[in-house]
Amino acid sequence: MNAVAALELQGVTCTFAPAVRGARPYTAVEDVSLRVRPGEFVSIVGPTGCGKSTLLNIAAGLIAPTSGNVLTAGAPLSGLNRDAGYLFQADALLPWRDARDNVAAGLRFRSVEPKEASRRAEEWLVRVGLGGFGDRYPHQLSGGMRKRVALAQTLILDPKIVLMDEPFSALDVQTRQLMENEVLELWSVDRKSVVFITHDLEEAIALSDRVVVLSAGPATRPIGEFPIDLARPRDVSEVRLTGRFLELHREIWDLLKAEVLEGYARQKCG
Amino acid sequence: MHGKSVDSRHIFAGRFLLLVGLFLVWQVLTATGILPRFFFGTPLVVLENAASWFVSGKIYKHLGITLIETVLAFGGGTLLGLVVGLWLALSPGPSSLLEPYIKGANAMPRVILAPIFSVWFGLGILSKVALGITLVFFIVFFNVYEGVREVSPVVLANARMLGATRRQLLRHVYLPSATSWVFSSLHTSVGMAFVGAVVGEYLGSSAGVGYLILQAEGAFDINTVFAGILVLTAFALLLDWIVTMLERRFLRWRPTGLSVETH
Repeated sequence: MNAVAALELQGVTCTFAPAVRGARPYTAVEDVSLRVRPGEFVSIVGPTGCGKSTLLNIAAGLIAPTSGNVLTAGAPLSGLNRDAGYLFQADALLPWRDARDNVAAGLRFRSVEPKEASRRAEEWLVRVGLGGFGDRYPHQLSGGMRKRVALAQTLILDPKIVLMDEPFSALDVQTRQLMENEVLELWSVDRKSVVFITHDLEEAIALSDRVVVLSAGPATRPIGEFPIDLARPRDVSEVRLTGRFLELHREIWDLLKAEVLEGYARQKCG
Repeated sequence: MHGKSVDSRHIFAGRFLLLVGLFLVWQVLTATGILPRFFFGTPLVVLENAASWFVSGKIYKHLGITLIETVLAFGGGTLLGLVVGLWLALSPGPSSLLEPYIKGANAMPRVILAPIFSVWFGLGILSKVALGITLVFFIVFFNVYEGVREVSPVVLANARMLGATRRQLLRHVYLPSATSWVFSSLHTSVGMAFVGAVVGEYLGSSAGVGYLILQAEGAFDINTVFAGILVLTAFALLLDWIVTMLERRFLRWRPTGLSVETH
């Protein structure tokens, strides 16, 4: 395989101090090792509340791991991960900027000329199907449109690796499949490394080269890895109907089901 | 408030009629002697007095001074509140150090300071501006402080991931977020700036609408007192309207009712 991974986690553990004095510290993820090759689309699935977002925040450099190493392109990470773009689960656009200025924000932070930044932002708006919507403020856009703006906002900076935290979980099923196809299309153009977090196994299989299954939290760790050998280019709604997809789904679900039930039981017991 | 509904003309007519009605009731009650004219004045004379001020031009100097005091207090207090609010909200150390002092200064009835300011800054404009600033400052300060703390952590994390430096976060995230909170407080603070100016004049001055009212009270001229109050109220409404216009200009990004589109 490739000598240098785009992103590598080595034995990463993350423990949070207890909220109340005397309580035991909470270990969100424990001894997680993960390699993402350049150009690889990796999905991470796991039961809700298993620390998936923590893992992504560590990769982004928003949280420092308690122990273990994070490497980007072979170099140890300190502070924010400058190679990474992050697509958040919640709305993260600047509400006081219109769509164009939101997409241009990252360029402006890097001191690109306002005119040049606007021009490139406009290009990206067209690429995500929002040409002509540049003057709209986030509250004037639908949930799906806001996600497109967020996608353009992240990709305009040409990050080497894109981290996505359940980005489409708040969208309705139709919009969601449209967005998934769009992500695949944008990805196929320049094959960035992608780490895609989701609790939706079908979404994970349809999009990825590889699916990593996490155990139920606390002290989450990977418990299985599945290469997805479905042919590309894929259409996310059609690929779901193929025999190979169903086979993979059954195989991974067998492993995931036990964790989901366990996670559910733990949540219920509190 | 938003959108032009079919009813907006009726509302305007209704508001105007209400005003006319109030004056009519006042007129009838004082004309019939149910309310003593000496204490309650007569609306017709009040209006006449107010009109003659404008016709003779006597009011302009006083009104100008009161408005200058108000605008200076409003601007100064807002700017100071914004700067100090941003600073303290972003620096936990000084913030917790100063907390009891700020709470104390806010709880103190600051109108009491007016005579002290007269001694410090004289009977001119400055002492009134100082009083107005102490009134406006805290309103804006607390709103900015709250506004900065309420910034969505996701928006903040996103801006950081997009490469914003600390300075850029201040300018592109904290400041706009605080601004929206400041604007919601400006209606209150413009009123407070006005109160500072007029109370200051009332307690010691040689010009201003507050001074006119004080003089009229000294002469038991209740009609002139009411005329002064009337003029002040009209200009307070005008200032409030200006704030509303500024708000529309600067807060265009804020959702107003249901303007969300579907896919």
